[in-house]
Amino acid sequence: MLKCVRICLTYLGMAIAVPMLVFPMVATAGEGKGTIKIATQSPLSGDQAAIGEGIKLGAQLAIEQLKAPIVKAGFKVELVPFDDQAKPDVGVANARNMVTDKDILAIIGHFNSGVAIPSSEIYKDAGLVEISPANTNPVVTDRNYPNVNRVCGRDDIQGVVGAEFAKGIGVKTAYIIHDKTTYGQSISEFFRDHARKLGIQVVGFEGTEEKSNFDPILTPVKAKNPDLIYFGGIYSQAGPLYKQAREKGIKAKLMGPDGVDSSDLVKIAGEAVVGMHYTTVAGPVSVYPKAKEFAKAYKTKFKKDPEPFAAQSYDSTAIALKAIETALKAGGGKAPSRESVAKEVRKIKYSGLTGTIEFDGKGDPQKALYFVIQVVSADPAKWDQNKEAKRLEIAAPPLKK
Amino acid sequence: MDIPLLIGIFPQVVLDGLILGFMYALIALGYTMVYGVLEFINFAHSEIFIIGAFVGVEILLGLKAYGALGSLSPFVVLVLILVAGMTASALLAVAVERIAYRPLRGAPRLVPLISAIGVSFFLQDAIRLFESIWNNSFNLVYPTMDRLNLRFQLTETIDVSVKSLVVIGAALLMLWGLHLIVNKTKIGKAIRAVAEDQATASLMGINVNRIISLTFLIGGAMGGAAGVLFGVQYSLINPYSGFIPGLKAFTAAVLGGIGNIPGAMMGGLVLGLLEAFAASYLSLLTGGAFGAEYKDIFAFSVLILILIFRPKGLLGEVVKERA
Repeated sequence: MLKCVRICLTYLGMAIAVPMLVFPMVATAGEGKGTIKIATQSPLSGDQAAIGEGIKLGAQLAIEQLKAPIVKAGFKVELVPFDDQAKPDVGVANARNMVTDKDILAIIGHFNSGVAIPSSEIYKDAGLVEISPANTNPVVTDRNYPNVNRVCGRDDIQGVVGAEFAKGIGVKTAYIIHDKTTYGQSISEFFRDHARKLGIQVVGFEGTEEKSNFDPILTPVKAKNPDLIYFGGIYSQAGPLYKQAREKGIKAKLMGPDGVDSSDLVKIAGEAVVGMHYTTVAGPVSVYPKAKEFAKAYKTKFKKDPEPFAAQSYDSTAIALKAIETALKAGGGKAPSRESVAKEVRKIKYSGLTGTIEFDGKGDPQKALYFVIQVVSADPAKWDQNKEAKRLEIAAPPLKK
Repeated sequence: MDIPLLIGIFPQVVLDGLILGFMYALIALGYTMVYGVLEFINFAHSEIFIIGAFVGVEILLGLKAYGALGSLSPFVVLVLILVAGMTASALLAVAVERIAYRPLRGAPRLVPLISAIGVSFFLQDAIRLFESIWNNSFNLVYPTMDRLNLRFQLTETIDVSVKSLVVIGAALLMLWGLHLIVNKTKIGKAIRAVAEDQATASLMGINVNRIISLTFLIGGAMGGAAGVLFGVQYSLINPYSGFIPGLKAFTAAVLGGIGNIPGAMMGGLVLGLLEAFAASYLSLLTGGAFGAEYKDIFAFSVLILILIFRPKGLLGEVVKERA
């Protein structure tokens, strides 16, 4: 009985909804020509899900707001979110699935460089264009693939920016801890190398996969009493590390890269991280004048503030949509090939929320912004009010031969 | 090499190792007791452990929301969450046994093992689902209780927090209590009898099923206590944080001689100390060539060495009785 009611309701719903959906489209654009899909890949489960979801929702908002020209040309536009679980093997498996779906013309992702690098090998073989909102490891674009792009800066510069800033606030000794991932370890190495060049003494360099008990790692830190602890990794690990460091009575300044940039950091570490600095390629929404509208729309729609990289994800998706539109026109209204979309992405000059984006020959933005941000409050709701301590615009380094 | 530094941090390292070791010991008891009576490894024990931590944090967050956390003595609060965590974990352990293991009692040994792994995954994601709906986040943080974070300065470089002392004290109390139950009471005698020989024990008028449930109850309670202490000590928990400590505690149980209660305690302490030493000293001793990331490799290498020379574990042969 219940089942019957449900089926009846479904048919009734369809009977009302289908004409509403189809008729306006038929009226403006003739018959539907098929579907164009844009995929996202980011961690949607696990301890990095907060940021990963922001990437998905940023893309979703962009598609809803900007799909009109493609819909007019007779195509449905769909978002296909994938969960890479921040694991390289899952990312690659998803990528293999993704490339078999011919309707997917662009992929927005990932959050972790260690996942992006192996997955993009698959995209490359399929000619599928990837636009990354957040992957900062140099290798992502240094492979010089025609289809791999990013809208953010790079770790080899971010590490240097961090070390310069540390020197500026009078740091003489630094203890570096990293999470042993492609991202965390390499940015820590860039930080270390430049810090040494500036005359900062690096008194320790440690990697750890530990997620909860940092006591034994912090004991030598405390004994060496450095001016600064730099953690190269993600907020889910950084939070307990910073918190336990303070509980152990370590008074060193704290610093990290953009991986610690999430309101979850203060949710975990509370007062311990107030006053700490982090470098990032994605400033809080407040530093981008154009992003205010975006933040409002995001909050209304999803009932939460945009996490870092959500605006970058919006821009990446906007670029993908624009490129698809151009390729559509060039191809006389036929569904464009993946190769043509990839070519159009490289050629684009797009003025987005986070600035004007133009790619160089290898897929880096020609000029990227780097920020040093200071955490101002232990209240997670105030994360987007973090203070900008320094802002630099630096060009991506040329491809090493 | 900086000799004064190496010596200077030594007491701190021992302390870190002891805290970790006692936690492993408490968790290891659950593995070893169940193995003692059923000769099967309850892989869902790591989730039974973390449930204790979640119950603890929920109560703390509730108290905080009503503003009662600041006014109550932290020790009263601690006892409250310990009891609640232990009760929840103990009941869950019994339920898991009733639902997922008892129907498979007659099946080949591997079948309940697979069932245990399934329960483990199920519980992980059940907690995740519940917390995502309830708190909109499944990474939960134990609220800070100021008086527990006070520190006693012992020397210039060494200090110890009230929290650490409480963790060690509570663990010791729990282990002592268990020792009394198993060795001095009638119930303890029954548990030991069932571990020795189920068929004979049932002929002596012991209700074997009830004793097995009781074993899960006690093991679960110890696990739940460890979960609460884990949360108090390290503060951040998520549904997956039980996995690694669970695996380590299982190792500790094997190291001590699986099925052997004092062995599990000793195995936990040895493993905790080894890990703390490796994490703190490896990088200092090797000039940075091997860092803290090698702590598990180091600890497990020592473990393999011990097991080569004592295949039944540290106490596997010395003490005959099992429980």
